[in-house]
Amino acid sequence: MSNKVSSSHSVPFWRDVRVLRVIGQVLFLVIIAAGILWLLNNLQVNLRACGLRISFNFLKNTAGFPISEGLRYNPTDVHGYAFWVGIVNTIRISLIGIVLTTIIGTVVGIARLSSNWLVKKLAGLYVEVVRNIPLLVQLFFWYFAVMLTALPMVKNSIGLPGSIYLTRRGVYLPWITPAESFGTWAWYIIGGLVVAIAVYVFRRIQLKRAERPGFPIIWAGTILILILGAGWFLTPGNPLALTIPVLKRFNFEGGLWLSTSFTSLLVGLSVYTGAFIAEIVRAGILAVSRGQTEAARAVGLKKAHVLRLVVLPQALRVIIPPLASQYLNLTKNSSLAILIGYYDLMNVGTTIFNQTGRAVEMILLIMASYLTMSLLTSLLMNYYNRRMKLVER
Amino acid sequence: MDENQLAGYADKNQLPPPSERIPAIRWLKQNLFSSWFNAILTIVSTALIMTIVFGLLRWALEARWEVIPANLKLLLVGTYPVEYLWRVWAVVYLVAFLLGFSSGAHGGLMRRVSTTAALVSVVLAVLPFPWGTRGWLLGIAVAAAAGFGLGYLGKGIRWCKRLEIASWILSFPISLIFLNGVGGILPVIKGRTMWGFMLNLIGAVVGIGLSFPVGVLLALGRRSKLRAIRLVCTAYIEIIRGVPLISLLFMASIMLQLLLPASVRPDLLIRAMLTITAFSAAYMAENVRGGLQAIPQGQYEAAYAVGLNKALTTILIILPQALRIVIPAIVGQFIALFMDTTLFGFIAILELLNITRSIMGNLEWRGTIFELYVFIGVVFWILCYSMSYVSRRIEKTLGVGER
Repeated sequence: MSNKVSSSHSVPFWRDVRVLRVIGQVLFLVIIAAGILWLLNNLQVNLRACGLRISFNFLKNTAGFPISEGLRYNPTDVHGYAFWVGIVNTIRISLIGIVLTTIIGTVVGIARLSSNWLVKKLAGLYVEVVRNIPLLVQLFFWYFAVMLTALPMVKNSIGLPGSIYLTRRGVYLPWITPAESFGTWAWYIIGGLVVAIAVYVFRRIQLKRAERPGFPIIWAGTILILILGAGWFLTPGNPLALTIPVLKRFNFEGGLWLSTSFTSLLVGLSVYTGAFIAEIVRAGILAVSRGQTEAARAVGLKKAHVLRLVVLPQALRVIIPPLASQYLNLTKNSSLAILIGYYDLMNVGTTIFNQTGRAVEMILLIMASYLTMSLLTSLLMNYYNRRMKLVER
Repeated sequence: MDENQLAGYADKNQLPPPSERIPAIRWLKQNLFSSWFNAILTIVSTALIMTIVFGLLRWALEARWEVIPANLKLLLVGTYPVEYLWRVWAVVYLVAFLLGFSSGAHGGLMRRVSTTAALVSVVLAVLPFPWGTRGWLLGIAVAAAAGFGLGYLGKGIRWCKRLEIASWILSFPISLIFLNGVGGILPVIKGRTMWGFMLNLIGAVVGIGLSFPVGVLLALGRRSKLRAIRLVCTAYIEIIRGVPLISLLFMASIMLQLLLPASVRPDLLIRAMLTITAFSAAYMAENVRGGLQAIPQGQYEAAYAVGLNKALTTILIILPQALRIVIPAIVGQFIALFMDTTLFGFIAILELLNITRSIMGNLEWRGTIFELYVFIGVVFWILCYSMSYVSRRIEKTLGVGER
């Protein structure tokens, strides 16, 4: 004790590590702050020279430019709403792309491990080709070369089975739309979901008490389907209607229309990201050693239980974190939409900039939007990683 | 040493089981028709391959490939003046010479890389290029051979290795200055935002080269015990990694001049290079951090025990090991960055992808869109695939993941 006191007395403060650390950090912060202040000062001087002031009031002005897809929107709406339409479009392409790319990635990843030599090589070829060509080149290929050059005009559209039509103006698909009685049926959906969740939680607790493995999700799913089916028959008329695209005079009517830009962006992003996901899935499957499966079988678990309780948890622990970063990459890469004319947030943002000249504000808005998506994803990921972390002895 | 490790050593010394020659029929049965499901898969994928191959062949035979040779100069070096093309060749020779030198001094993987480069240049020289171009192409092989000879001679000499590293590092600024020109000595070449494929290469090399020191500092900062430094570095890395490159390029094109005093007005290409460096630095930092994390605590403790202070420990003990581990990751990042340079077109820089628009806009070459995109795809694919192949080889020779 006395030794400690004397030593702290004998060391002068300029040689005391604790003091030096504080001084060092303060100095570092001061330098960083000075740099930022210098930049901000330049910004102010430059803006004043142009007669501009930073303010977000322009978001309340009328946008005046058209956005051809996404939420209902008029050129008379305000800039702020136009930007929101862009954000929703980014989320739309990202979510659909994520579903599609996961399917592609999983199938190809499993194919790479197939015992079939040809399938294995084919999957490997796909991965190697797609990963080593720039995404933008692929997007341009899909958009300019395939969609706008190779596909026929609306009149000679390529029809695929299931009333799917590929044309130069986009892709037309059959689609389900809510009919008049949908409102009534919606109550059955809500009620069914509530009951299903309750059953799931109840079953889960029950199984946990009994310390038995099981599939509560099957119970919940069956009950949900039963309630929805009952609702379907009890509501007058069909709550959902199938509309099929039909070629009218100049264009297709009915069904779902995916624009040229949207389709090529969706295909390009999914095909590209799918190659990376395939490698992740492959690594995840390889990460679970054969011994695990054999041991689980030896203990007497059923095949389904082996997959769900032994293999998948271990594989997913390896797969999920890089998978999430691929999803995030897909979302960020969707900003290339601007180069093929899809109205995502980057495209709307630059259009607003071109109309208003508000550089700083628009860049802040664009970056903040992407950062929010990234941060939300990484928060979720951190939560997941903490839950799934190996509990070691 | 635990049992696993012992087992690993034993495995390495064991001979592999004698290989069995499998008759073709049995091979087919084992690999393609082992079950009815596999048989169906085989048939379906054969059909798929046939369709693709025949479709491609039919198209490739009808395609107007003459668009590529007719515009080759424009695609590769853009508007670089013909009378100064020798400067581009000189830079290529410099790189070939250095590659040869390194391969002479080290052998191994380097030798295979430089031999391949020389062989490719000889093969290209056989193709029906103009005679002048053929001569230049052959020169690559000659430069590589000269470098190889010198490197081989200087193998044992101690300062030779330092000279090699120094010349590699110096070759970057020298090449850039040589291409651009210096006031008074070499005429400065105008229009450097229109250099075609050269800009993709320059962008990737500058991006990786400049971001390397920044990235190392950021990585060290993120692992620092000083909270303020850690916070700032982490914030920088996460912000940059959280936004798409295209938004940063957008910022560089419209906002960077607002952040600088009126006297400083960097041109578009400089701004693009700064952006790609700032972007790449964040990813570099994460790669390097991965390497730093792989260094066991014992290395630090041993270094402190020997009496090294923190700075010396980092520089002499930790970084050399950490950086060695991350070489494959850095090559991977280089490939990604190289592919990302196609985004330069967004800010009106005429790199390879963007310069094709001027060709497609030409009436004479209307409808050659497939040919051009396929050409670009093939060029990138060959370069990126061979780089990732080299990176995988490096990984093997470094023994990353096994020790």
